[in-house]
Formats: sequence, C-alpha cells, structure tokens
Amino acid sequence: MRYSGLRIIKEALTGHKGWTPAWRDVAPQNQYDFIIVGGGGHGLATAHYLAKVYGKARIAVLEKGWIGGGNVGRNTTIIRSNYLLPGNEPFYEFSMKLWEGLEQDLNYNAMVSQRGIMNLFHTDGQRDAYRRRGNAMILHGSDAELLDQEQLRKEAPFLNFDNARFPIKGALVHRRGGTVRHDAVAWGYARSADRHGVDIIQNCEVTGFKIENGKILGVETSRGFIGAGKVGVAVAGSSSKVMSYADMRLPIESHVLQAFVSEGLKPVLPGVITFGAGHFYVSQSDKGGLVFGGDIDGYNTYAQRGNLPVVEDVCEGGMALMPMIGRARLLRMWGGLMDMSMDGSPFIDKTHIDGLYFNGGWCYGGFKATPASGYAFAHLLATDTPHDTATAYRLDRFISGHMIDEKGVGAQPNLH
Amino acid sequence: MLIPHPLLGLRDAQEFVYKGDARLMARPDPQADDALQAFHDYTYLRDNPAGQHRELWFHEQGDRSWLIVTRDTRTHEILKAELARPRGKGERT
Ligand SMILES: Cc1cc2nc3c(=O)[nH]c(=O)nc-3n(C[C@H](O)[C@H](O)[C@H](O)COP(=O)(O)OP(=O)(O)OC[C@H]3O[C@@H](n4cnc5c(N)ncnc54)[C@H](O)[C@@H]3O)c2cc1C
Repeated sequence: MRYSGLRIIKEALTGHKGWTPAWRDVAPQNQYDFIIVGGGGHGLATAHYLAKVYGKARIAVLEKGWIGGGNVGRNTTIIRSNYLLPGNEPFYEFSMKLWEGLEQDLNYNAMVSQRGIMNLFHTDGQRDAYRRRGNAMILHGSDAELLDQEQLRKEAPFLNFDNARFPIKGALVHRRGGTVRHDAVAWGYARSADRHGVDIIQNCEVTGFKIENGKILGVETSRGFIGAGKVGVAVAGSSSKVMSYADMRLPIESHVLQAFVSEGLKPVLPGVITFGAGHFYVSQSDKGGLVFGGDIDGYNTYAQRGNLPVVEDVCEGGMALMPMIGRARLLRMWGGLMDMSMDGSPFIDKTHIDGLYFNGGWCYGGFKATPASGYAFAHLLATDTPHDTATAYRLDRFISGHMIDEKGVGAQPNLH
Repeated sequence: MLIPHPLLGLRDAQEFVYKGDARLMARPDPQADDALQAFHDYTYLRDNPAGQHRELWFHEQGDRSWLIVTRDTRTHEILKAELARPRGKGERT
C-alpha cells in the first residue's frame, strides 16, 4: 500500500478500515541468497538498498527481538555531516544526502528535520580547531558556518555565555544537521524492504554459523538452520558476541550510553546544541521533551542500563551550559549498547571467511550513518567491492597503520 | 557500582579509572618472530565477553593500587576484586 495525503482522506472517510500491516510476518524459508543478521537501522537499510538499488532477491533480515528494539530505537536522533578526517567525511556527507531524499525514497514520513547543530567553543584554541573542521567539511561538500559570540547570542540567548570557568565564545554551526524520528527510520526501511520482497523475521536469534572449507553455508538460529549464499552481520553492540561464532576477535568493546528526556515543554531550543567544555548535548523533540545525553559510562557492559555517576555528570553539564534546564523535570532515561571500536570509526568489510561480511564499530554515532551504512554494506554484499565512500572502513586498518582516529586518543575505546 | 577493595573495603567505582581487559597485563615478547602480529592483537583485539570479565581498575582517587575485578558484564555484579601484580620471572598469569 502506498501512503499519500489522498489515502489518509480516503481512510478517514471509511473508518480507517483499509490500513494493512506495514510489513508481512513471515516464517523463515530454508535457504536465502542473502541473510542480514540484526534488524536495527543498519540491517534494515542494507536489505532495502540490496533489493531496491542492487536488484537482489531472496533476502532475509533476522532479528533476535523486535525490529527497532536496539539502538535504532534508543538513540538521541541526531544526524550530521561534520567530521574532519578524509576516511570519514565523504561517507557521512553521502549519508546526509541520502537523509535529504529518504522520505521520498521510502514513501514514509521519518520526520527528517534539518534544524541545525551548534557546536559551542569556549577558548581560542577550540575556535581554531573548529575553523579547521569547518573548512574540511566545506571541502567535502558539506556546510559549516563560524558564529562569534554576538551572532550566537541572537540565535540562542538562553546560553550561559558568561560562565566564569567556560565562557561561550561562539559556535561552529552545521545548518543541514538535525534530527530524525528514530523509530520511523526502522519502520520505514522495514516497510520498504518488505515491499521489495525482503523477508523480515523477528524473534529469530542467530546462535552460530555453518562454515565449511572457509566458506559460509548458513546460520544456526533459535528457529532452526537457515542456508545462505552470503551473510552480512550488523548487530551493533552484540558484534563481538556474534562474530565469536566464527572464531573472530574484533577491535571492539561493548559499552553503555545513556539518554534522557524531560517533560514536554513549549519550543525553547532552535536545534541541536553541544557543550564544548564538558560532555553534554541537547535538542528538543517535536513532542516538546528536551532530549539530552553525554558520555558513555566507560566500562565493558552488555546490560542495557548505566549507573548514576553519569546521570549526575550529564545534569551538571546541562546546568553549566543552560541553567534554565534546571526548571525542567526529568521524565525518563535509558541505555543502549555501543560497539566502541579502537579508533572510534566503524567497519564495513569482508571477513577472512568466504561469504561472511561485517558491519559494526559504530560507537555512539551510528544513527546518522544508517542510510550510507546500509547503502555501502549492500554494495559490498552485492559486488564484493567496497563502496567509494567506505573504502577506509577495513578490519585490517590497525595492522596496516590506517586508523581513522578523529579524537586522537588511541586504542582506548572508552575515550572515543 | 561498589568495588570491594581487598585493603580498603567497599569503594565507589567513581574513585577508580577503568583500564580494560586484565589480559593487557600480559605483554607479548617484543623479540619474538611474530611480535608485530602479537602486538597488534594485544593492542587492538578484545574478547569483549557477555558474562564474566576480568578487568583492570586503577584506584586513582584512592590508594593508587591496581585491581583485577571479576565482573559479570550482563548484570554488573562484581564477583571478585584482587590486587593486580606483575608477573614474576617465568611465572604465568
Ligand atoms: C543513548 C544513545 C544515543 C545515541 N545517539 C546517537 C545520535 O544522536 N546520533 C547518532 O548518529 N547515533 C547515536 N547513537 C548510536 C546509534 O544509535 C547506533 O550506532 C546505531 O543505531 C547502531 O546501528 P543499528 O541501528 O543497526 O543498531 P541496533 O538497532 O542496535 O541493531 C542491532 C540489532 O541486532 C540484533 N541482534 C543482536 N544479536 C543478534 C543475534 N544473535 N541474532 C539476531 N539479531 C541480533 C539486536 O537485537 C538489534 O536489534 C546513540 C546510541 C545510544 C544508545
């Protein structure tokens, strides 16, 4: 069923009896050409592009829980193309362009809202670093604008400009950045993939791989063995666990990132704002809640919940940046599993096993990457060559010396 | 989380800095023929288990000792905390 304004009017007049499920609930077949493990944003986007752009058929997405139950439904919904390094920025700019056309492509309202992102700076050194970053972004076809304090005061008068310790000197603004309704991204990709013939199979956990003579033959699941020509794994925080079924050790640790939402308020924030002197970022959802977060907790974990010290730290950051936030009540908070890589950048690569492919290491920033990640992973699965924008995302980049370390902190996953 | 420090009793995890998998204490032999690969694996690859994990916590805001804490990464339950000590000559960890 195609969604349109006309359809809504027609359904309104006929008692909304004509809506059908957005995707089919199917039992797994015995054999597929392509199996995607993980029904998060990346897995579903991969299936969509594999079917729609690369014209492949006989594709299944296997999800251990329900689609959208992982990070794709837990993140703070920020999209941006404001990276510095050459291995990253073309990829994230490609992703931003896909976001800009996503709703037409999917025939689904994902509430893509380019409301802008302001990265605040507090020192001269930070301003120079942001100017350099802005130039790198512009060179790669993205947009960037440097605002001084006076210009910034006009756009965000409520900020604590005269904070004695961290005065706000200005901001690097990325106008095309913004937010997207995260669940709708999962649902939109799922519905579109389904309409192109992809089987989306929920409550189906992959528990092992069948590998013979260095070639993958299929996957063991909680619903029995399913044969496959090629298997692509995109399970985010569970990457190490799933790839251990193929006896692989990854350059990844799993950590928890928490997020927070306040009660609904009238519109107060123009876009996304990030504090440059502590780890705190905030935006306002269309329902009015302030959506904010900060650092990861910092220790290995598979529990999808964090601890209180980070809650305190995040709230302190909020109070330092915009004291008015102290008047809002916190409504809910939760955590999601981060696949933190050793240089803070992701992987989209083949493995040493014929027919087994890996997508992961997205850290706390994989939501914005969803369209490009799906596109590039589909490209790799379909053609066995990396997509032009994802050639740097190799699993062997540490031994070859080609890490992509935006922060320059080295092999310390909890510092990226 | 509270860490049962073997000398100081229960301490808030906030007093510690997390330093990752305790396997990092076993540095590879830099003279070995496969030293490049061994150091790559040592520096960059992790088991990252869902379950029991032996890990290093440095008591930076306390007595500055290093602990090896055994913790279940699925529940955050701490099963054991002991003082970390370097291997003696010829001793295996
Ligand atoms: C609190 C928080 C805030 C964030 N904020 C942002 C942000 O503002 N901007 C941004 O760009 N990114 C953000 N991120 C990161 C982003 O959400 C993730 O990087 C991204 O969603 C990961 O890709 P995914 O959507 O495919 O993951 P997921 O949705 O986690 O998908 C992985 C799926 O694999 C399934 N799975 C696992 N094991 C198996 C198995 N054995 N068999 C079958 N299925 C399995 C899981 O159930 C899960 O559904 C945030 C993350 C969190 C937690």
